[in-house]
Amino acid sequence: MEAYVQKTPLEKLKPPVTHVGVIGWVRTNLFDGWFNSLLTLLTLYFLWEVVPPLVRWAFIDSVWNTTGAVCRDADGACWSIITTNLRFILFGFYPYDQQWRPLIAILILCGLLFYSRDRNHWNKYFGYGWIIGLVVMGFLMRGGLFGLPGVETTQWGGLPLTLLLSIFGLTAAYPLGVILALGRQSRMRAIKVLCVVYIELIRGVPLISLLFMGSIIFPLFLPEGITINQILRAQVAIILFTAAYIAEVVRGGLQAMARGQYEAAEAIGLNYFLTMRLIILPQALKIVIPPTVSILISAFKDTSLVVIIALWDLLKTTQSTLSNPEWMGFSREAYIFVAILYFLGCFSMANYSRRLEKELSTEDH
Amino acid sequence: MVTDENAIQADASLPEKVPFWLDPQKRAIVYQIGVLCMFGLLAYYLISNTLINLEKQAIATGFSFLNKESSFEIGETVIPYSAASTYGRALVVGALNTLKVSFIGIVITLILGTILGVSRLSSNWLVSKIAAIYIEVMQDIPILLQLFFWYAIFYESLPSPRQALNPVHGLFFCNRGVIFAVPETHPAHQYILLALVIGCIGVYFFRRWAKKRQDATGQALPVFRISIGTIICLPLITWLVFGAPIKMDVPELTGFNFKGGMTLSPEFIALLLGLVLYTAAFVAEVVRAGIQSVSKGQREAAMSIALKPTQVLNLVILPQALRVILPPLTSQMLNLTKNSSLAVAIGFPDFVSVANTTINQTGQSIEGVALIMAVYLIFSLSTSAFMNWYNKKVKLVER
Repeated sequence: MEAYVQKTPLEKLKPPVTHVGVIGWVRTNLFDGWFNSLLTLLTLYFLWEVVPPLVRWAFIDSVWNTTGAVCRDADGACWSIITTNLRFILFGFYPYDQQWRPLIAILILCGLLFYSRDRNHWNKYFGYGWIIGLVVMGFLMRGGLFGLPGVETTQWGGLPLTLLLSIFGLTAAYPLGVILALGRQSRMRAIKVLCVVYIELIRGVPLISLLFMGSIIFPLFLPEGITINQILRAQVAIILFTAAYIAEVVRGGLQAMARGQYEAAEAIGLNYFLTMRLIILPQALKIVIPPTVSILISAFKDTSLVVIIALWDLLKTTQSTLSNPEWMGFSREAYIFVAILYFLGCFSMANYSRRLEKELSTEDH
Repeated sequence: MVTDENAIQADASLPEKVPFWLDPQKRAIVYQIGVLCMFGLLAYYLISNTLINLEKQAIATGFSFLNKESSFEIGETVIPYSAASTYGRALVVGALNTLKVSFIGIVITLILGTILGVSRLSSNWLVSKIAAIYIEVMQDIPILLQLFFWYAIFYESLPSPRQALNPVHGLFFCNRGVIFAVPETHPAHQYILLALVIGCIGVYFFRRWAKKRQDATGQALPVFRISIGTIICLPLITWLVFGAPIKMDVPELTGFNFKGGMTLSPEFIALLLGLVLYTAAFVAEVVRAGIQSVSKGQREAAMSIALKPTQVLNLVILPQALRVILPPLTSQMLNLTKNSSLAVAIGFPDFVSVANTTINQTGQSIEGVALIMAVYLIFSLSTSAFMNWYNKKVKLVER
């Protein structure tokens, strides 16, 4: 008997073809056990039933640049309602030959937002840039100077109105929310009670009741002779509403602060105002950036509610287009278009929030 | 706060008296009085303005309008109502409609949201990705837009009652809503309901007894199977005792509309569909986060002490996941209830919609808006009171 000794190196075996590459991936992710296989097959069948007809409806059979009458004979989607009425849907009753102005305002806004994505750009000068940008936008929209014809706010509508309500709503609500959150954490009983009552009251009622209040009751609050335009009243309602939600988010940040931070600040002799401004708020607000962005997202979506009090926002201009006899009956296409606009806005914000969350969490470790 | 007490103690030890403007406690009192005064002045200013304005416009204040005849019809009512009823009754009808759509909506949302949340964590790539896309898309489209969309689908895409779609016997889809067959009214039904209630109460006491017994003797009973069995069997036996009535009230087309069966209006369905599909996306995120919050070690530890898979789920995973899930879940349920107020935009007669009509007819805007706010506040405050009680009950008891 001779002992078996392996003298030559064995050929390196590749992993079985069923466990790597495309097949391996499919096996582990789609056909892992009978239940998953069944699920995959059912899902594939469902997709097969849904996606091709949808693509045919939306792209292949669709019509893009025709009149409403032609649309009625087409099998697919009638995107003509969008292409034909795009300017009205986006800008509402803004004078037709002046519509480049809101367009430029929106572009400036997008540019500023895009530049703000990088947190390295957040400094004092960029803050001034924002203020200048907002003033320029307001001037472009309002006009009345330097040869630009004035446009009354009653004529503002569509996308600029939606953006205006959400951007100003959030910028004004943010400081108010921070003050409310600080008030809620205060040791002074009276201030604390006031803030708690306000926050819980607002968070307990739907936004629509506040909008009603703004549009119906608010005029009664003012002395006679003073009227405030309806956009501003809706804006106030949105601000009051959003502030309560921001207050709750900020409170979360304040509660997450270690006690030692307060004590250390007191130890170096800072008073309440300086403690908050230099020590607590910079840290607390940083923690709550991601939830604040989700408040921004819901504020952006919530501006669509002003359609109920008859402001001409994006949704209202779309509905108005749909009530035109020529385009009646193409709600699906119109609403899908508006949904895509909202989706793009919200999705980019949500994406940004997720990225920020990642950045902020790595900093701590 | 510690710091404040320290300051006061330091004050006490100092020989000379601290002037009052340097004493934080006295300063705080001054601040509070100042804030309260400002608040009071503002309130006084607004209220006096309002009173002057109301007097000028000759609007009566108070809730006496609730007893007047409403003289408007409401399409869907849970309790009997006609145009001759009072405004008060109209508002009750509206509130009940809100509760109805919220309750049904919450039940369906919980089921759909849980399925989506679990699908999102599925090891099946395709299922997980589809759930992710659904969640992302639905979260990013305003609920109002979704309501309009579903409502438009109903009245534009579906045929008139004469050409109603009829996928299965007794079920019709048309632009007047969804009409389906329901069991014909039979005296057995109330007894079946009674049996169900008795079954639930019985199960509650049985579970308590079983738990006590397990604590005392260590023997576990198949509680879940017995509970489910009781809840299903008791009504079933009642149904059989009454001779198993199976006659259905099938809707029939007479003239331009359906007769018989049960009709769900397009407004109701659009509202329900919008609310459920929108909120389910948020619920799915909550459920996913809750499940992910239970660390893997918990499951492994539970399995290593030889618990059965159902026990692992019921005794270890769920109690921990639910503690994370429940608070945000409640706020989603409240959101759904609050969002149901958007019914006013598509014409479903919920509370806000009825209150809005009332305001338009009577001009009692302050009372109307106050009522809307009060009703929703009652909903949300009672829910949060319940949640606080529950949170206290399930709170982690730390050593």
